[in-house]
Amino acid sequence: MTIPSPVLPGSRMSPSRGFGGPRDRKERLIHAALAFCAGVSALVTILTVLVLFTEAVGFFTRVSVWEFLTETRWTPSFREKHFGILPLLSGSLLVAGVAGIVALPTGLLAAIFLSEHAGTGLRNLLKPLLEVLAGIPTVVYGYFAVTFVTPALRFLFPSAGIFNAASAGIVVGIMILPMVTSLSEDALRAVPRHLRDAAHALGATSTEVSIRVVVPAGASGILASFILALSRALGETMVVSMAAGNSPQMTLNPLESVQTMTAFILQGGLGAMSFGSLEYQTLFAVGMVLFLITMAMNLASQWVLARFRGGRP
Amino acid sequence: MRSGRRVFGSLFRMATTLATFVGVVALLLLLGGVLADGVGSLSGTFFQNFASRFPERAGIRAPLLGTLWLLVLTGLIAIPISVGAAVYLEEYAPRNWATRAIQTNITTLAGMPSIVYGILGLAFFVRALDLGRSVLAGALTLSLLIMPIIVMAAQEAIRAVPHRVREAAYGLGATRWQVVRYQVIPAALPGIITGAILALSRAVGEAAPLIMVGALSFIAFTPETLADPFTALPVQIFNWVSRPQEEFRHLAAAAIIVLLVLLLSMNAVAILIRHRFEDRY
Amino acid sequence: MATIHEMKTNGPPPVLEVRNLSISYGSRPVVRDISFSVPGNRVVALVGPSGCGKSTLLKAFNRMNDLNPESRIQGQVLFRGQDLYGEHVDPVEVRRRIGMVFQEPNPFPTSIFENVAFGPKVNRFQGDLNRLVEDSLRRVALWDEVNDRLFEPALELSGGQQQRLCIARALAVGPEVLLMDEPASALDPKASQRIEELIYALKRELTIVIVTNNTQQAARVSDLTAFLYMGELVEYGPTDIIFTNPSDDRTEAYLTGRFG
Repeated sequence: MTIPSPVLPGSRMSPSRGFGGPRDRKERLIHAALAFCAGVSALVTILTVLVLFTEAVGFFTRVSVWEFLTETRWTPSFREKHFGILPLLSGSLLVAGVAGIVALPTGLLAAIFLSEHAGTGLRNLLKPLLEVLAGIPTVVYGYFAVTFVTPALRFLFPSAGIFNAASAGIVVGIMILPMVTSLSEDALRAVPRHLRDAAHALGATSTEVSIRVVVPAGASGILASFILALSRALGETMVVSMAAGNSPQMTLNPLESVQTMTAFILQGGLGAMSFGSLEYQTLFAVGMVLFLITMAMNLASQWVLARFRGGRP
Repeated sequence: MRSGRRVFGSLFRMATTLATFVGVVALLLLLGGVLADGVGSLSGTFFQNFASRFPERAGIRAPLLGTLWLLVLTGLIAIPISVGAAVYLEEYAPRNWATRAIQTNITTLAGMPSIVYGILGLAFFVRALDLGRSVLAGALTLSLLIMPIIVMAAQEAIRAVPHRVREAAYGLGATRWQVVRYQVIPAALPGIITGAILALSRAVGEAAPLIMVGALSFIAFTPETLADPFTALPVQIFNWVSRPQEEFRHLAAAAIIVLLVLLLSMNAVAILIRHRFEDRY
Repeated sequence: MATIHEMKTNGPPPVLEVRNLSISYGSRPVVRDISFSVPGNRVVALVGPSGCGKSTLLKAFNRMNDLNPESRIQGQVLFRGQDLYGEHVDPVEVRRRIGMVFQEPNPFPTSIFENVAFGPKVNRFQGDLNRLVEDSLRRVALWDEVNDRLFEPALELSGGQQQRLCIARALAVGPEVLLMDEPASALDPKASQRIEELIYALKRELTIVIVTNNTQQAARVSDLTAFLYMGELVEYGPTDIIFTNPSDDRTEAYLTGRFG
């Protein structure tokens, strides 16, 4: 076969330049710009820590750490001011606790259903629905809590206040349910088939295989999903502000009103703000506690997941 | 097989099925309730009016436009930086501790509560950079919030581009940027766009960070410059729900319908893009 | 100790030369102290059992090993007398002049036209792109088959067509050497044969180094054959001598199919 000549007359390729040419400089510039973009993410974390830390330090020059950690009253806006974080912390934990009770077992059971029992058709229908649930803005959940859950709760338990932790907790639970289901389902699906087959072959029922073999095998992933979901519940702001109220008190009774750390911060944002004042700094002190707890939980969940995958995060 | 095991088995199966439908039922209740409550308040004037003390005269013009402003601004700020970061991490970064640290950083930031972003925005953008309670400060804060989400989605999309495409491009004498710009990014683009849209829809639904940065609930104008005060749909919804009068609940529900329709459209576009461009290679 | 057969003294000068080349991935040596030279306008086949280092050696010629952060290289690879691994050598430029075709056809997920045009574009070609694309496609005998659908996706072509497209794509950049890493192994016999015919026709303008697991193919298509085993060059010389009268027992054993 005939082949025409390789290089056309009049064509020009870029001459060999080696290092240092303008193309090379352009490449280096782009490399630097992209690295900068990646660095911005690290910057955000550093910035957050700095911001929280600086203002919190300011706070702790006016309020002792001891009082902050041990005082059981939180009354920053009263004439007689007390700055004990415990009421806020207990409020957050109470709501998260209720949310956990609602979401963790339900989410896990749903994950078992989706991964072990549901056919592909059903799964393809349900998973998008759960994703929709996860995509609903928190204010909408807050509305739901106030207009439907609270009245229903007060109907069942007349002693419940207009603002109560249970209402918020239940709705936050529904909110984190898709997260638990989705992540747990991933963990369960990752369990190799042959483990299930072996158990079946030994005469176990489907249920026994699920409970005794698959769930334990996927335990790390499931645990990680639990931790992450609870962290999310602790960080939730709108639902608790709208439904749980703003009365900081240390109580284990979910039918009472509480104030969570997040609700307190939001209140601060809604009110008048004078930069540098004690009220302003208080927001950051509480914010720092919230940040530390949620970050610790997120890192813990990543660590659990890394161990699950044999060391590779 | 003893019948005890069987009974337990069936009970357990029932429990798992029920559990799955808890979420579905909750969703239906929520949507049904919102629709029932709010549909009556949707009207032309609802969209044209500003907020008011009088429910019959109140509208969502300011929040709706504020949300749209924030949507565009946040997109313009967050998407280029996030995609740049993703490209760097996947194509340029050496596999060392620093890169791993950045990666962990991003994953952790994705889980930071949105109100902490609000505090950060307040101290840094509003106060330190002196941007005030402006729509720009709001957009910047939201950008920080959604950046980790976009970075992770973009990384996944870039990783999905098969290595042989890069190999072929390098083999033809392309520089790294040429490979990335002409082959990798175009191939990853549908995934990146989908991820960006989903991240933006998260930003559209946020209220807490915006409140911290100064979104006002009672403004009678829409932003015209970056420095103007602003509000947004979620903030207005929060405000209306907090009012004691029942009429405001209906307004809140109506505003929620508008918000959900906006989010639904965005998500539908994202899903459409994902399906249209799935498995190109 | 490698056996290098005498080559005709009035043959063309070497285009590529390898001197004491050793390559390792991390601490694992893959190519051990290899030296030989490739004359211009010839087809050289690198053969040997899997894992003998022939692909790695091939990739050393166009610095594709650079893409692997673990690879370490010692010795010299000379292209027209210039060390490709010298201090001021730009690997990107090397790859423009020494092209590569891979084992699995790997067209870009774009149109046929854009595939061929990509190389010239990134090398800032300033002539008539349409003509260059047409010429390249003609050289691989693909033009008649695709000229009515140049802007359709390249991935819709058959495996054999895709591979010829990849060759056209490599040729469009105007290389002097073409490296081929088992270019026909993923193709059916008919497509494979067309590739062999193409190689035969191309060697008039190019120097070709081909890695192949198919010894019959090496015998058909190459002028010179190098037999590698466990990273070492065992024997190198004119193909007919290597195949009919090899000096090393290992060469004979491999070529007669007793191992590999």
